[in-house]
Order: sequence, then structure tokens, then C-alpha cells
Amino acid sequence: MKKHLIALIALAVILFLPPFLKNYGIYMFTTWLIYVIATMGLNLTVGFAGQKSLGHAAFFGIGAYTVAIAMKAGISWWVGLPSAMALCFVIGLILGFPALRVQTIYLAFATLGFNTAVWLVMRNEEWLTGGTFGLNGIPRPEIFGYSLKDSLPYYYFVLAVAAIAIGLLWCLLRSPWGKAFQALRDNPIRAESLGIDTRSYTLLSFAIGAVFAGIAGVLFASLVDFIEPAPFAVGASIMMYLMVVVGGAGYFWGPLLGALVGMVVPEWIRDVFPTMANWYLPIFGTVVILMMVWLPDGLMSIPDRIKAKRQAREANATRQAAGQAAGAALEAKS
Amino acid sequence: MNTTTLKPVLKVSNLKKAYGAIQAVGGVSFEVMPGEIFGVIGPNGSGKTTMFNSVLGQIKPDAGTIELNGKDVTHAGPLELSRLGVGRTFQTLQVFGKMTVRDNLIVAAQEHHGSMFGRMFASTDSGLGAKADALIDQFRIRHVAHLQAGTLSYGQQKLVDIAMAFMSEPALVLLDEPCAGVNPSLVGGISSLLKELNRNPKFGKQSSFVVIEHNMDFVMDLCHRIMVMNEGVVMAIGTPAEIRANKQVLDAYLGS
Repeated sequence: MKKHLIALIALAVILFLPPFLKNYGIYMFTTWLIYVIATMGLNLTVGFAGQKSLGHAAFFGIGAYTVAIAMKAGISWWVGLPSAMALCFVIGLILGFPALRVQTIYLAFATLGFNTAVWLVMRNEEWLTGGTFGLNGIPRPEIFGYSLKDSLPYYYFVLAVAAIAIGLLWCLLRSPWGKAFQALRDNPIRAESLGIDTRSYTLLSFAIGAVFAGIAGVLFASLVDFIEPAPFAVGASIMMYLMVVVGGAGYFWGPLLGALVGMVVPEWIRDVFPTMANWYLPIFGTVVILMMVWLPDGLMSIPDRIKAKRQAREANATRQAAGQAAGAALEAKS
Repeated sequence: MNTTTLKPVLKVSNLKKAYGAIQAVGGVSFEVMPGEIFGVIGPNGSGKTTMFNSVLGQIKPDAGTIELNGKDVTHAGPLELSRLGVGRTFQTLQVFGKMTVRDNLIVAAQEHHGSMFGRMFASTDSGLGAKADALIDQFRIRHVAHLQAGTLSYGQQKLVDIAMAFMSEPALVLLDEPCAGVNPSLVGGISSLLKELNRNPKFGKQSSFVVIEHNMDFVMDLCHRIMVMNEGVVMAIGTPAEIRANKQVLDAYLGS
């Protein structure tokens, strides 16, 4: 019941608060949703399928640059979006192949290398990407002739896209695919012995996760209207991974919290308490370290922990009562 | 059981596997008949597990052939073998720790029907809920069916592990030490469960089992025929009574 109440309040805030905010507030909400989409994709790869990826920001960038370059060439945003998705799917599938050979930290390094390579293309291939100068003047899309130029309409547009993307991911993870991904994560050798095509599921976990990053990248490019390589560097991938872990890897709603504390809170602090801004990253870093020690499954695991504690307490009490009853019965006999 | 007119479910011929200079399996041949419980015993290092892993496509044999219902599967991998109807359990516990017991059973059979694309739109239990519930009742794990498998006791996880191997109605099940680490009171329970599954297959098809086990009472009681391995070769194959009476086996293995 408490869970539903929290969800309802969160939904109300997301739906009804932004109209009362200034442009910057709306911008923060939009950024948050974009990172939620991206990290939900990463959560599929990392949290559900158990693969290690430190290359997610590369797909975020591929999405952003694809739509920017397409629109520069006079191609509609509505063509740019599916193109970016398709491109991310294919490249994501290819990035999955190392995962068939190596795992854990080695896989993380392979994906990190991929991210660096993509970032170098963005920075060095000036003819295509504008290099360090980036690409500017990326317009926002129109929908049914209605312009999304202003920040509030664009926010609601991003919200609608996020809702569709999250809904589709929910359906996917509720289908047998969700169980197959988790089986792959928990025990790939056993999974294969049960007829689960671990090869295909590994590749698809990367490809589908990449598509989510691509969608987020497209929305990001139109939000900021100017892109350059920095937000798509390795550091951003590591930050996205942290968001997934802090929110709770393998918890469907984890990225909502992860993107909040990893993206929105630092920005908000920088805006409201400028003097504190320098302290945020060290504090965030410390909190992450403490979390890894005491809460390794992330913020979303807190209710589970409380439940487990209560169940243990109840089981203990039952055992004790049974023991006392047995003792009393013995005493009565003698 | 009349085995003379039947074709073997599993036929292993002259299987060989060496690790460097060590001949782990040196030309092993045997047949498992439909409905048969076939035991494999032998001291540590006798090649049981290497033979097992070769049959299951986990490792590639150097020589020999493996046939499943007359089909050559010598080079088939674990995935293909599973889809062809070979179930297995592992020596160590291999459940999916973060999934519920019921989901463990469902995921154990969901990939055996339809296409991967089709499964994207299938119901969350793939229509296997009733079958999972039947096995849950048969294995008497109803009271823990909703819990994460990783939180169960060792014995309960072992039961889940074995139940998973039977979800897909396999024609052949290979059980690697089903009693390892299980307390003695549960050993009898596992034995009667396996007999039950073998005699009266719940889902219509007759299953054959190959069982590796060190617990001699368990093997003698459960198996129809037993193969004794020693130093990579077959020392004897026969009924429990024949194995008990075999002087060579007694000297090498049972005697001490």
C-alpha cells in the first residue's frame, strides 16, 4: 500500500509540477527523464542480463550525433529517431560479441575501449561531427504540426516517449525473455543446459540496451540543441553505470532513483547552493563507497531488506514460541 | 523390463578423452535403454565426470561416437542436447538464486517450444504454470515455491535443482551426484522421487536416467543396471546383484 502511495505521489510530481517551474527546472526534469531512458537500457544489459558494459555513453552519443547529422542534411527528426535506433541496435549487437568470449572486468575493459574509439571519432572526424566545436542548431521536432520548441511541450513529449519506452521494457521483462535474461545473469552454464540460447540473449541484451541509449541521445540532442563529444566520453559511461548500481541493478525502477541522485541532484545543488557544488562529487563518491559496503544492491533494495529482516524476526519468534510451548508441555507432564 | 526388442536411448561407443598424457576416458562403450535407470560408479578420478561431460557436450571427446535415439550427437553442444530432450543436474548446486522457485522451474522449460521471437509476446509463465505446480507438489516444495531459490536450505535447493531437470519432459536425464551434500534423511526421499518419476512419468513420456553417485546403497537400490568405471575404462556392467557378486569390482572398489 505504501509502495502505491509513493508511486502515486511521484507520478503526480512528474505530471503536474513542471508547469509551475521556471525553464531551468523544466530542463532538469527533461534531462532526468532522458537519463532514465538511457540507464533503463543499461539496467537491462547490466542488471537483468548480468553483462558488464562501460560503453553505454557511446550509444547515447551515437543517437545524438545521428539525429544531429541527419537534421543538418535536411532529414526529418522522425526519420532520424528510427535511424539512430537501428544504428544503435546493430552496433550494440556487434559490441555484444566480445561478451561471448570474455566476462566481468575483461568485458568492462572491452566496452570501455569501444567507448573511447567512438569518442575519438566524434572528436577527430571534423567533417562529420564538427570535432571539438560540435554541432549546433539542432532543432526540436514537430508533432502533427505542433511545435515542441518551448521547454514545457518538449518536456511532455519526452515524458510520452519515456512512458512508451519504459512500458515496452516492462512488457519485455514480463515475457519469458525477462526470465531468460535473469537465468543468463545468475548462471549461464546452467541456462544453456536448459535450452536457453545464451548467445542470442547476450547479444540482444546489448543491442536492446543500446537502442534505449540511442533514443535518449536523440532526445538529448534536441533538448540542448548543441552537442560536442564531452557528454559521451568514458566518464559518462562510468557515471551511467553508477546510476544503475546506486538505483539498484536488476530493479526495474532503480534507474529513476539512480538518475535522480547521479544527474539531477548535483545539477540542482550547483544551481541552488553554488558554494556546495564543489563538494557534491566527493560526497557522492563517499556515499557510493559506503553503499557498496552496506547496501550493495542499491536504493531500491531497501524495502526488500526491511521485509527480509521482518521475516527473519517473525520466524525467530515462531521458533521461540514453539520451543516454549514444547518446554511447557514437558513441564506439565512431569 | 524387456530390453531386448528396444532401441537404446543413449548409445556411447568407444569414447576417448585425454588431458595431456592422462587418459581420463579410454574407450568407454555402453547403452541406456528406454525407461532404464543406469548407474555409474567408480572411485575418484575414474573418468565418470569426463564421460558425463562428453555426453553432455560440455567437452569434446577425442574419439568415439554418442547417439541419442539413433541420432549422432557426438558434436552437439549443451544447448542442442537440451532441445533434443536431454536434461541434467550438476555436481554442485546450480539454481538461479535470485529467481523464485516457481520461476526457476518455468525458465527450465520455456525455451523448448516456439521461437525466440514468439516468446517475446508469450505469457509470463509460458503456459507452464500448471506443470511447474505439479512438480512443486511432487517434490513437496510448495511452502517455499514463492521464495528466491538462493535463500533456501541446501537440501531444498537440491530438490529444486533436480525438479528443473524434469520440467521439459526429457527423454534422458543425467544426474551428477544427486545425493552429494544431502543429509541422510533426504537421500531416501530423493531416491523415491526418482523412482516415482521413472515409473510413472507425470507428463506421459518415459524417461531414462544416468546417475553418477558415490552413495552405494542409493545406487544399488535405485538403478536397474550399473556400470563400474576404473582408471578411464569400464570394469563391469550389470545388475546390482551382478555387480555385488563381481569379484574384480569387490576387490577394486567395494571391498575396502
